[in-house]
Amino acid sequence: MFNQEQLNAIDTTIKSHLIDSGVENVIYIDMAGNSITQHDNGNSNLDYMAFAALAAGNFAAVDAMAKLIGESEFSLLFHKGEKSSIHFSKVTEDTILITMFPKSISLGIVRLKVSKVVTEIKEICSA
Amino acid sequence: MALVNVKTKEVKVKIVYYGPGRGGKTTNLEYINNTYRDQIKSEMVSLKTQDDRTLFFDFLPFDIGRIKGFKVIIQLYTVPGQVKYNATRRLVLKGVDGIVFVADIQKFQRKRNIESLNQLYENLKTHNLDLFDLPLVMQYNKVDLRNKGEDSIPTKILQQDLNSVLRVPAFEASALGGGNVMKTLKKIISMTLASIQDQLF
Repeated sequence: MFNQEQLNAIDTTIKSHLIDSGVENVIYIDMAGNSITQHDNGNSNLDYMAFAALAAGNFAAVDAMAKLIGESEFSLLFHKGEKSSIHFSKVTEDTILITMFPKSISLGIVRLKVSKVVTEIKEICSA
Repeated sequence: MALVNVKTKEVKVKIVYYGPGRGGKTTNLEYINNTYRDQIKSEMVSLKTQDDRTLFFDFLPFDIGRIKGFKVIIQLYTVPGQVKYNATRRLVLKGVDGIVFVADIQKFQRKRNIESLNQLYENLKTHNLDLFDLPLVMQYNKVDLRNKGEDSIPTKILQQDLNSVLRVPAFEASALGGGNVMKTLKKIISMTLASIQDQLF
């Protein structure tokens, strides 16, 4: 469970590194499918609760597939769409960061920014 | 474990409807969704096969108001009942706070009810959870078929088969017509909230 300071710090890092870089939505969820925090660029009508449940299921299914082929995990997932794409990154054992971004932003930039956010959230959690 | 967000003042509770295939788990959620559509803000999500069987899960979230300043959001899930989908069932149980076991009272389902309950126990163990410690409600579904003369298992036998050791609240129900669907839901919500209240408030 996160305390208020941790949640504030997580919100700040997501906003400054991802939302301010032009991504559409960022959702930080737990593996049970609960959204811990969510942010958007102001132009989104996403059903966060349904999205979090589906995303956790998706990640868990891929994780189970990894184990079947002898991988300990696939820590990164990426779905490419025509207008928007979705990037999943495992943060801690129990949490995932999901970033939705338009085609005007490259996957490389998103990976770089997500990696920064993941590092910062890990620091926030261990502080 | 329920997710408590101290910043947004929200508590999210996960309740899973578990049981053998074609037992009425999805029908329970559909009844709740149709009956309380006006009060439920989100759409029900169903991941199903082409022949309308649950493939991954159904998902229905709704809020039940505030308790001590926290908005309580109940998230209902079903598991796929078909035997071959056990790996998926295990995934859906991750983070579960309360369980409704939906048994099918039709005679030919007797063995499958028992097998499904045993598998639930084993699946929970993989998440380090004990069925005996979790809020659980039994629902004996399809009692309407008794009136139609279908071969069914008497409730006394169902209690012996499934509930003689667990001794949890049990309801006879008819999910298709809504009989005792809400009673089951209210019971599991109250039991689940009682079990997590120390953690929450």
